[in-house]
Amino acid sequence: MNSHVTDTPMVRAEGVSKAYGSNLVLKSISLEVQRGEVLCLVGPSGSGKSTFLRCINHLETVSAGRLAVDGVLVGYREKDGKLYEMHPREAATQRRDIGMVFQRFNLFPHMTALQNVMIAPSLLKKGDSAKLKARAMELLARVGLADRHDYYPAHLSGGQQQRVAIARALAMEPKLMLFDEPTSALDPELVGEVLDVMQGLAESGMTMIVVTHEMGFAREVADKLVFMDGGVVVEAGDPEQVLTNPQRERTKAFLSKVL
Amino acid sequence: MSQHNTPRAGHDAPPQESAPIEAIRLRHPWRAVFAVVLILIAALFIYDTAFNRPVYNWGEVGKYLFDVRIVEGAWYTLQLTVYSMIIAVIIGVTVAVMRQSPNPVVKSVAWVFLWLFRGTPVYVQLVFWGLIPTIYKSIELGIPFTDAVTSLNTKDLLSYFTLAIIGLALNEAAYMAEIVRAGLLSVDKGQEEAATALGLGWWHTMSRVILPQAMRVIIPPTGNEVISMLKTTSLVTAVPFTLDLYGRARDISAVTYQPVPMLICASIWYLAVTSILMVGQYFLEKKFAKGVSQRPDVMKPSVDTQSVRVAGIPDEGYPTYPSSAGGENIVPPHERPGGGGA
Repeated sequence: MNSHVTDTPMVRAEGVSKAYGSNLVLKSISLEVQRGEVLCLVGPSGSGKSTFLRCINHLETVSAGRLAVDGVLVGYREKDGKLYEMHPREAATQRRDIGMVFQRFNLFPHMTALQNVMIAPSLLKKGDSAKLKARAMELLARVGLADRHDYYPAHLSGGQQQRVAIARALAMEPKLMLFDEPTSALDPELVGEVLDVMQGLAESGMTMIVVTHEMGFAREVADKLVFMDGGVVVEAGDPEQVLTNPQRERTKAFLSKVL
Repeated sequence: MSQHNTPRAGHDAPPQESAPIEAIRLRHPWRAVFAVVLILIAALFIYDTAFNRPVYNWGEVGKYLFDVRIVEGAWYTLQLTVYSMIIAVIIGVTVAVMRQSPNPVVKSVAWVFLWLFRGTPVYVQLVFWGLIPTIYKSIELGIPFTDAVTSLNTKDLLSYFTLAIIGLALNEAAYMAEIVRAGLLSVDKGQEEAATALGLGWWHTMSRVILPQAMRVIIPPTGNEVISMLKTTSLVTAVPFTLDLYGRARDISAVTYQPVPMLICASIWYLAVTSILMVGQYFLEKKFAKGVSQRPDVMKPSVDTQSVRVAGIPDEGYPTYPSSAGGENIVPPHERPGGGGA
C-alpha cells in the first residue's frame, strides 16, 4: 500500500450517490473531513445523512461517485481505471479502522460490558488476553464505566449502554468514528453523559462524523457543520455561521424549528 | 420517585389510605356442573375398562410391564431418540446457518436438503434407508487413477440400528433447521450490523453474536421435537429395526395373541418417558425465558444518573452528568454559553 501523507483527508467523498431501486437517497454528495476534524451532519429525517454515514464503512454500497477513507477507496479496489468489488474479508478488515456508534446502541445483550468491549479485539487481534482485558478496562474507565464492567446491557441505563458502545467502537483503535444519532434514543436527562464522552473524544484528536439533532453539541464541538436535505448537501461551513446566519431558505426553515 | 403520586395536585400531602374493596365474588356455577359431568363419565369409563372388557387383560399388562424385552426395548427407544436428536440438532444448525449464508451455492444446497427431507414422509425415508444395503451392496474407496481400492460391505458397515438413526436424524434435521432459522431471524438486525461494523467476519458474527442469542428462541421448540422424536421412533420397524419398544411389544403379542395389553404396556412406557422429558422441558424453558421476562426498561435512568444533582438553572431540567464520564474539567455543552440548544 502507498504511504499516506498526513494531508490526505480522512474522508473524501466525490459525487457520492446512493439509490434504492429508482429511489435516489443520496445525490452527488461531495465533502471532505480532515484528520482530527469533527463534522456534524444535521438535517430532517429522511434527508440521507444516516445513509451517507453507513456508506462510509460500507454497510451500504455506494451507487455512484468515489468515497475514500484515509486515501483508500471504501469497498472497492481501483486498478487500471477499473473498480473491483472487495472480498467481504477485505471489507471487514477495512471496517476495523472505522468505529461506529448506533442510535439503538446495539450492544450484545448476552455479553457483559467488558465482554462487549473485548469481543472484537479478542477475535481479531492476536495478543495475550490479560493485555486485551487491561486495555478494555482502560476504555471503560475512559467512558466512566469501569465499575460497571461486569454488568449486562439490560442492567445499564441507556446512557451507560451508549457509553459502553462507544468504548466497544474504540476497542479496535479506529482512526475514524461514526456516530449515527447517538443520543436520539435516550431520555433527555441521559443525553449529556454521552455527549460529554463524545466531546472528550473529540478533544483527544479523534476524527469524528456525527449525525445529530443536538445543535448545542454541533455548535460547541464540531469544526464543520453540514446541513442535508433530500439527499443533497444544502449548506456547509462553520457551525456558528451556519446556525446563526444560514444562507439558504431551507436551512433557515429547518433551524427555526429545532433551535 | 413514585409514579403513582405525581398526578396529584397537592403532592406534598401524604396520600390518604382508601378502604380495601369488599365485593361479592363472581360465581361460576357452570364450572362445577361440567366438572361433575366429566368426573361421572370418566368414572363410568374406568369402571367399564376395569371390569367389563376382558380384552384389556390387565393381568397381562402387569406381567409384561417390566419384562426384560420391554425394558430393553424402552432403552433402545431412548437411545434412538437421543442419538438421532443430537445428529439432527448439529445438521439442523448447520443447514440453518447455510441458508443464511451469502454464498448462493451453499444456500442452494441447504434448500435442496430441506426440500427433500421435509417433502417426503419419515416412513418412506426409513424404508429407503433400510434398502440402502441392498441398493449399494458395497462402498468402494479408492484413489482416482490408481489401482488402490478398498471395498467395504455396506451390510457390515451399517446395521439396521445405525440406518434407523440416520433416517430419523436426517428427517428431523430438516425440521430443526427451520426452528433454528426462526431463531436466527428473531435476533435484531442491529446485532448483525454492530458486529459487521466492528469488523467481524460472517462466521464470527454468526457464532459469537447471532447464534447465542437465537438459542433462547430455539430451545423451547427443540424440547418439543425431542418428545415428538421419542414417539416417531416407533416407525423404525420400517427399516426394519425391531428391538425398539413398539417393535418388542408387537413381537410379544404375536406370540401371546393378545395385542391390546402389549399396546397398553408400550403406551405406559412412552407416557412415562415423555412425562420425564416434559418436566425437563419445563425447567429448560424457565431457564431460557429469564432474559426475556426480566427486561428492564433500558431508557430508565440508572441509580448513577438519578443521584446526580440538578444543574444551575432548574428551569432547564437538565442534570449535570456524573463526573466519571470523560473527565471533570470538561464543561458539558449545555452549560457553556450558547450550548443546550433548547
